[in-house]
Amino acid sequence: MFKILDKKHFSENVVCFVVEAPLIARSRRPGHFVIVRLGEGGERIPLTITDADERKGTITLVIQAVGESTRKICALEAGDCLTDVVGPLGRATKIEKVGTVVCCGGGVGVAPLLPIVKAMKEAGNRVVTILAARTRDLIILEEQVRPYSDEVIIMTDDGSYGKKGLVTNGVEEVILREPVDLVVTIGPAIMMKFVSLLTKKYNIPTMCSLNTIMVDGTGMCGACRVTVDGKTRFVCVEGPEFDAHQVDFDEMLMRLRSYN
Amino acid sequence: MSDTTTSSPRDAAWREELRAAHTAKQRTSIPRVKMPELDPDYRVTTFTEEVNQGLSEQQAVLEATRCMDCPDPQCITGCPVNINIPGFIKNIERGHFHEAAEVLKETSALPAVCGRVCPQEKQCESRCIYLKMKKAPVAIGYLERYAADYDRLNPSSEDSPSTLPVANGIKVAVAGSGPAGLSFAGDMIKRGYDVTVYEALHEIGGVLKYGIPEFRLPNAVVDVEIEGLRKLGVKFVTDCIIGKTLSFADLLAEGYAAVFVASGAGLPRFMGIPGENLIGVMSSNEYLTRVNLMGAGREGHDTPVARGHVAAIIGGGNTAMDSVRTARRMGAERAIIVYRRSEAEMPARIEEVKHAKEEGVEFMTLHNPVEYLGDEKGRVRAMRLQRMELGEPDASGRRAPVPVEGDIVEIPVDMVIVSVGVSPNPLIPSSVEGLDVSRRGTIVVNEASMQSSIPELYAGGDIVRGGATVILAMGDGRRAAAGVHEALTHTRPQE
Repeated sequence: MFKILDKKHFSENVVCFVVEAPLIARSRRPGHFVIVRLGEGGERIPLTITDADERKGTITLVIQAVGESTRKICALEAGDCLTDVVGPLGRATKIEKVGTVVCCGGGVGVAPLLPIVKAMKEAGNRVVTILAARTRDLIILEEQVRPYSDEVIIMTDDGSYGKKGLVTNGVEEVILREPVDLVVTIGPAIMMKFVSLLTKKYNIPTMCSLNTIMVDGTGMCGACRVTVDGKTRFVCVEGPEFDAHQVDFDEMLMRLRSYN
Repeated sequence: MSDTTTSSPRDAAWREELRAAHTAKQRTSIPRVKMPELDPDYRVTTFTEEVNQGLSEQQAVLEATRCMDCPDPQCITGCPVNINIPGFIKNIERGHFHEAAEVLKETSALPAVCGRVCPQEKQCESRCIYLKMKKAPVAIGYLERYAADYDRLNPSSEDSPSTLPVANGIKVAVAGSGPAGLSFAGDMIKRGYDVTVYEALHEIGGVLKYGIPEFRLPNAVVDVEIEGLRKLGVKFVTDCIIGKTLSFADLLAEGYAAVFVASGAGLPRFMGIPGENLIGVMSSNEYLTRVNLMGAGREGHDTPVARGHVAAIIGGGNTAMDSVRTARRMGAERAIIVYRRSEAEMPARIEEVKHAKEEGVEFMTLHNPVEYLGDEKGRVRAMRLQRMELGEPDASGRRAPVPVEGDIVEIPVDMVIVSVGVSPNPLIPSSVEGLDVSRRGTIVVNEASMQSSIPELYAGGDIVRGGATVILAMGDGRRAAAGVHEALTHTRPQE
């Protein structure tokens, strides 16, 4: 059992948990994810680790209530326990000094983006962070990314906060004004698809982190398969990060609807 | 505990008496017992009820009487772990069922499991003297199951913790709680070691839980074995992935003297044909894990699973049979096995094929999928199959399937389960530096001791074999236990 030590609401449907998981806190790196399960009949749900405190033995997870299982998890309070938390899974992000890195996240995609922003900054890069959401209330983790970003650009669809427009507008603005060496994009598949199309046009290397359907998450079931550069790859053990320009996002979008 | 069978020797007085009790003619005139089974119409409506109901005491004793107690029993050589087969069978014949189970336990860590899932027709039973007489072999598997079940349902007072050797305080770790890991753990705890088994999933049992369906191997049977190990002092840690949560180096730093890696099968293989990533096309690992481990489709379980009206299962192995029979139970009106060779070459157990047919499964042998077609939403709607014929024998010794040019059929399906094998789990081989790994991704070991290129790391089961049976995995676990024990007693001073 994995105890929830702290709970915060980021928005109506998005909560942030600090969970006791000392072994994972010690071994996780940016880009890693965990599988979480609640109750004996619960689903196994993949969640990227937002942050960790090795000394306190905790990891931070951000969860959006989208279905039955995530709704149940989001209803938990501090003091409650998750039945299972296993990880860290996947490959860690390749962090190196490349120059200027644009990190763009949409919705809860900002949660897995945070550790990458931190690590990219610590590696000596100039980091421009773009946070995007439909509306002001859905912008999360702004305060947490600020100390690690040379600049933070906020984009909202309705213009209620920051600039009005899509994440791609923000990314293009940066590309047009300064040289960009790497773009990291995490968020809904449709958002990553359009960021990828944009950066392909400018020929800027782009990395995405994929949130496919998984069951075991340990390289057994193959539910998470995606086509990258024409080959079938498994997100859980070969990802979750891939060269965005090689990912078949249309197929991924289709497969995400398997159980709708 | 001994590694050679010493109890119930053939020259024991009781066995000589038993041999004299019936003539060969009397024994051979008894027909082979038929396993009582649930009715096929009923069993496709139930997930958890076992198809094979097990022999009655009377049936077991009579079947045991058929065994001739040969002077040079070939059945033993057909068994991958060389169980003293006549030794346990003759104990059944004389009604000493606990002793029969004891003989089994000398060599098999999980007899109730092996009695159910071993391919006996290719192993012990294939060497039975009855086959030379053109008669059905002694039903060794049924008898093994009988003795093991009797022992489970009527626990004897022996095997209590007080009969165990004194703890030696040496810590050993196991990565994976499938058949290889469990048998290793059992052997080591009985030798006095401090054993901890780490499991990546939330359940103990590995393939015995996520893979083999309950209608063939009930979870209760596996749980009794796990409980038994727990009572002996084996510690189980779920949700812990060696190579991820804890590294091999972490384990050594925590004072483990040896680590047995039994992490099992990994990534499912696909065929690389168009349409394989359509919705409704999945691996047998995914399908079986959803249904068996996650309880998909049953009350109180949140994991979803596709329910096809027409389900095609690609492959001819046991996993394909488990998948197709599960699909029937999940309500598929048509469940079709698509296999590129003929039925004679099928690697699945004969019993599984028989049960599948009784349950209404259709067999399209000599067909190979070349493409899946989807609808506008990306859901699979049909498969295109290439007709095949058998050509010259290939590397496996079986006649190779050759396409019949231009002969392609299209069949409407709404679910496809690809069951054409798995590759070894990559997590540990890729995380331990200096570990000798084969081109196929399996861990290279010394076959006698199961020791890898890293002295403290031993390995067995699918991570070494790339895909094998429960009994072979179990045998690996036992050999590794002997190997670790040998190495540790020679390098450490006796305390």
